[in-house]
Amino acid sequence: MVGTSRFPALSRLLHWLMAAMVLVMLFIGIAMVSSLGDYHRLIAIHKPLGIAIFVLVAIRFINRLLNRPPPLPADMPGWQRFAAHGSHVVLYVLLFVLPLVGWGMLSAGGYPIQLYGALHLPPILPHNATLYTVLRTTHTVLAFLLFATFLLHFGAALMHALIFRDGVFQSMASVRVGRRR
Amino acid sequence: MPNDFGRSRYRLLDFHNRRRLWQLGGIGLAIVCVIGLFAWAAGWLSPGRLTQERMIAAFTKANGLHSGFRYNHAKGVCVAGYFESNGKGAALSKAVVFRLGRTPVFGRFALAGGDPYMADVSGAVRSMALDFELTDGEVWRTGMNDIPVFVVRTPKGFYEQLLATRPDPRTGKPDPARIRAFLAGHPETVRAKQVIAAHPFSSGFANSIFNSLNAFRFIAPDGTVRAVRWSMVPEDAFEPDTPAAAQKQDRNYLFDTLIDRIHDGPVRWHLVVTVAGQGDTIDDATIPWPASRPHIDMGTLVLTSVSGEGHGRCRDINFDPLILPAGIAPSDDPILSARSAAYSRSFTLREAEKKKPSAVRVATSGKGE
Repeated sequence: MVGTSRFPALSRLLHWLMAAMVLVMLFIGIAMVSSLGDYHRLIAIHKPLGIAIFVLVAIRFINRLLNRPPPLPADMPGWQRFAAHGSHVVLYVLLFVLPLVGWGMLSAGGYPIQLYGALHLPPILPHNATLYTVLRTTHTVLAFLLFATFLLHFGAALMHALIFRDGVFQSMASVRVGRRR
Repeated sequence: MPNDFGRSRYRLLDFHNRRRLWQLGGIGLAIVCVIGLFAWAAGWLSPGRLTQERMIAAFTKANGLHSGFRYNHAKGVCVAGYFESNGKGAALSKAVVFRLGRTPVFGRFALAGGDPYMADVSGAVRSMALDFELTDGEVWRTGMNDIPVFVVRTPKGFYEQLLATRPDPRTGKPDPARIRAFLAGHPETVRAKQVIAAHPFSSGFANSIFNSLNAFRFIAPDGTVRAVRWSMVPEDAFEPDTPAAAQKQDRNYLFDTLIDRIHDGPVRWHLVVTVAGQGDTIDDATIPWPASRPHIDMGTLVLTSVSGEGHGRCRDINFDPLILPAGIAPSDDPILSARSAAYSRSFTLREAEKKKPSAVRVATSGKGE
């Protein structure tokens, strides 16, 4: 393998930071919708964390355009390449759309969009019961889809690390500075 | 890396390669573990846990399902007006609403209970829910009741009470044996009911005192934190709740009296904040605080208009008591988070349901909202 074989350090940092945030987010999300006693504590983290992910995914997308990821190994079969690219597109879209749907859903429900203390965001949609209902359901469906895509991503990463041993896992998991192996 | 054996390293299923099968199995197990953790967080592995779903199911069991209405405090009417702060609260809480000046308010009066068509009866718990639209874009929502203390201490207590007082399908009335059993296990409810019985009900919404019941924390500009409870104390004089014969004929006599009262002119309440003293119980709304605690009159709530739920702003709003501006924070009272959670679930469910007209009708007064 020649040329760049690792993700740029900034890309790796953003990836692992967001990985932790998104996992925490998914678990908080599923826990809070059934919880009574912990509901408030959880939702008080869920909202600002969601907006933070929204901002970070925008930064990450720009970073991806500026610092291209290393190419996949040449001998990787076509269907695996397709699955890799496809799942990354789905991940990016979900990470961008889920917080936006959450923001829109709170707007449509007539809720203030509180982040921390007096810091809040303006509504992005009109207050409307039908709109709220549609977005509230969409938020749940997309969250489950994100969890499923994460599982796929997690499984594929382990396969690259343990079975294929093709350097794809290392290209993201390496802690070294620089892009060359 | 060269490709040994001429066989692709990407080949997934190779039944002659035992090591590969073990590795695939290990990866599968790792994924199952993550799914298991997710299921645990979701509460799917603990069917005995009291969840939002079970709490709402208890409301439906007790009251039946009434499409489009709140699962509790179902019968209500919308009001609007403003809060005129006198500035005295600014030293206690940095919330913008307590600075000298006016904050637009809308709200809802309701009767506790999940039946939107219940008859107004003396002894029914009345509630006042308010939404303050702060000048800096923040929102403060509060839901208050006209009882001096709350009847249960925990979400579980609330759930058990709901089931204990649900009507017996044979008699249509609560089963006394079930209520006795509940009270036997909840001495705090027995004590709270005695406190409530010592406070007579007033003749209507307009001369009722509405109390936050649960404690909150006020954060002062200098960072000092104080536990508080608040009340809306009416300017309209107290009259005992002895409905006249004509009123007894009117299933909506409490609401109709309120509507007439607001059409006659603005109705006023004073926001009176009580500061907890040393040793006062902060996380238990069944216990009253001593009357000697400092009371601070922080301003006047002025309600100037009333409208039916179909036209007012109050129906499609969740009066979640934990929508608080900076300067007001929740106490550790477990009921608060549970109220927030149950209201949220109720809101999501009812917004998806077909709306039906409220039993409370408001004739157009020309004053509008």
